[in-house]
Amino acid sequence: MTMATKTIDGHQVEMNDEGYMLNPDQWNRNIAIGIAKEEGIDLSERHFTIIDYIREKTLNGEALSLRRIGKSGIVDIKEFYQLFPGAPLKKATKIAGVPKPESCV
Amino acid sequence: MSSTNNHPLKKVLIICAKGSIEDIYASLILANGAVMEGIETKLFFTFFGLDAINKKRMKKIRTATVGNPSLTMPGGIPFPTFLGIIPGVEAGVSVMMKKQMEKLDIPPVDEFFDMITAGGGEIYACKMATDMFKLKKEDLIDHVKDIITVGDFYGLATGEGTQIIFT
Repeated sequence: MTMATKTIDGHQVEMNDEGYMLNPDQWNRNIAIGIAKEEGIDLSERHFTIIDYIREKTLNGEALSLRRIGKSGIVDIKEFYQLFPGAPLKKATKIAGVPKPESCV
Repeated sequence: MSSTNNHPLKKVLIICAKGSIEDIYASLILANGAVMEGIETKLFFTFFGLDAINKKRMKKIRTATVGNPSLTMPGGIPFPTFLGIIPGVEAGVSVMMKKQMEKLDIPPVDEFFDMITAGGGEIYACKMATDMFKLKKEDLIDHVKDIITVGDFYGLATGEGTQIIFT
């Protein structure tokens, strides 16, 4: 896996070649907004509720899956797809600055 | 990353023709995984695969304990066929399979359909097989979009980057 440093909103951010941040500590909300724009998403507070949840769980060492997010109580799967169209788990984790989940579900 | 020779998958049609736990789940996991990647996904159930979308049978799907050479006992010893014929053994093995899957966050069949359709995946039943098993639309789960012929099914397989998968 190759690595690249990218400038987002004036910040130097280390990413892998799929665009996932390598260091979650470099993340902030402005960087999230920048990554989301590249994915064609304008972040709202609703998005950030889910992003905060993903960061909290992931940085706690919990593995995330689409099903877990659906059972989180903060968003159902249908809305998750609407907020992050196409590939919600991939996009939301990318925007949240955490590694891509390895789950198949 | 990008190459002009890359043709990413845009649409998959997945055929589920068998009704054991592992056959149905192979189709559901592939379908859900495709939806999660943003790939347009259509699932087509035919023959015994119809059990997955049959309201009365979907919660009773099982793994075969007779004539299943891949089945092993805990510890890896081949599962003796004579045990498989004892009443209750097949149900017990099936419960164990489902428990193992639950641990991996793989949902029960009905919840899996909720997930797949929430992301825009579509579910179809085979006309000929439903006629054969005397099933009507109301016998099938509400997620079933339509009962279609083989010709209709191929008609859905249009567009560049479309693949048909038979599990």
